[in-house]
Amino acid sequence: MPIPCDQNPITLASYLDGELPPDQIPAMHEHIATCPQCASEIAELTSLKSSLRAARGHHTPTLEFRKKLQQQIAPPRRPRPNMLRFIPVALALAAMLLLAFTWTQHSRRQDAFSEVADLHVNALASTNPLDVISTDRHTVKPWFQGRIPFSFNVPELTGSEFTLLGGRVVYLHQQPGAQLIVAMRQHKISVLIFQASSGQALPFPVSTEASGHNAFTVETWQSNGLRFLVIGDVDATEIERLAQSLKQANS
Amino acid sequence: MEPEFFEQLAMPLFDQLYNLAHWLTGDRADAEDLVQETYAKSLKGFRSFQQGTNLRAWMYRILRNTFHTSRTGLAAQNTSSIEEEEAQGTSVTAHTITPELLLLQQEGQQTVLDALAALPVAYREIILLSEVEEFSYREIAQILDVPIGTVMSRLSRARTALRRPQKANMLERSIDADTL
Repeated sequence: MPIPCDQNPITLASYLDGELPPDQIPAMHEHIATCPQCASEIAELTSLKSSLRAARGHHTPTLEFRKKLQQQIAPPRRPRPNMLRFIPVALALAAMLLLAFTWTQHSRRQDAFSEVADLHVNALASTNPLDVISTDRHTVKPWFQGRIPFSFNVPELTGSEFTLLGGRVVYLHQQPGAQLIVAMRQHKISVLIFQASSGQALPFPVSTEASGHNAFTVETWQSNGLRFLVIGDVDATEIERLAQSLKQANS
Repeated sequence: MEPEFFEQLAMPLFDQLYNLAHWLTGDRADAEDLVQETYAKSLKGFRSFQQGTNLRAWMYRILRNTFHTSRTGLAAQNTSSIEEEEAQGTSVTAHTITPELLLLQQEGQQTVLDALAALPVAYREIILLSEVEEFSYREIAQILDVPIGTVMSRLSRARTALRRPQKANMLERSIDADTL
C-alpha cells in the first residue's frame, strides 16, 4: 500500500519557481524521484507553466500608441549642435577599423600562402611524395575519384616542358583537395585544387594573382567552383604557362 | 535630462507593460489608457524614485494600483471578463513532436489562455506576474503589497483554478475517445 505523501503543494510549486532555499533542493530531488504523486504533480505544473508561456507577448501595442506614448514622456528635442564635435572622432575610429580590417585580411592571406607553401615543401620532402605515381593524366584523374568530393581535368602535358609525376590527397583548413606534382627540368611544381564554395572560403583573392612568397611563386584562380593554386620555385612566366594549360583544361 | 533618462529606463518595458495591461483589462482601448496613465504617473514620481531600487517592479506596481482604482478595475473585482481574441503565433518548433501532439498542446494552451482570461482578477494578476513577467515572490509581494506567504498561497490557488479546465478538457477528450 502506497504511503500517502505529506508534501505541501506550495513547497512543490516553490521548487518549480526556483524559490526553494538551495539547501532544501537536494532533499526535494530525492523525494520527487521516489514519490509518484509528487512527480505527477510536478509534471502537471510544468505543463501548465509551458502553456502559460503563450500569454507572454500575447497582446502587442500598436505602433501609433507607442509613438504617442513616447512623445508624451519625452517631447521631441532640438538636435544638439554639440553632437557635431563627435564627427572627427567617429571618422578617425572608422579609419582605424578599416586599417585593422585590411591588415587582418592581408595577414590571413599571408598565412594561407604559408600553408600552401608548407604543403608543397612537405610533398617534396616526404619519402613517399606521391600516392599515385603516373605520368599519364588518364590514370591520375580517375585515381582521385572517391578520394576527394569533386572532379577536375588534368591538361595534356606530353610534348611540353612539364612532366606529370603523380598526385596525392591533401588537406587545407580541414578541406580535402588534390595535389599534383609536375616536374620541370629539376624543379618540381605543385598544383593544388580545392573546392571553392564549401564551408569557409579559403582566404585567397578571387581574381587571378601571381605573387612571390618565400622565394616561391604562387598563382591562384578560381573556376567552376574550384580553387586552383600553382606553386613552385621556377620563374613566374613558367608558373604562368602551366597555369594557362590548367585553365584551358578546366574552363 | 530627466525625461530622457526616464525614457531610456522605462521604454524597454513598454511591450511587457502593455501585454499585462491588456490581460488585466481585456480590452485594447482600456489597456492603452492604463499604460498611458502608468507612464504619466511614473514620470511624475521618477524624481522621488530612488536609484538602485527595482524600477521594473516599481512600474508594475503603479500599473497594478492604477488598474485597481480604475473603472474597469473596480468592475473586474466582481465580474470576470472573457477574452475573445484568438491565440496567435504560438511557436512550438521541436521536431520530435508529432502533429497530433502539437495540436493537443496548442489546444491545451488555448484552454489555459481562455481560463486565464476568465480567472478572477486577483488570481489573474498573480499568475501573470509570476509566470509571464517572471517576478520573484519577493518582487510580487512588493508589487501587490502583501506578505510573501500570501503570494505563495494565492499563486497556488490560482494554479489550481487554471488546472481545473485543463483537466476537464482532457477528461472530455478521453470520453470522446471512448464513445467513438
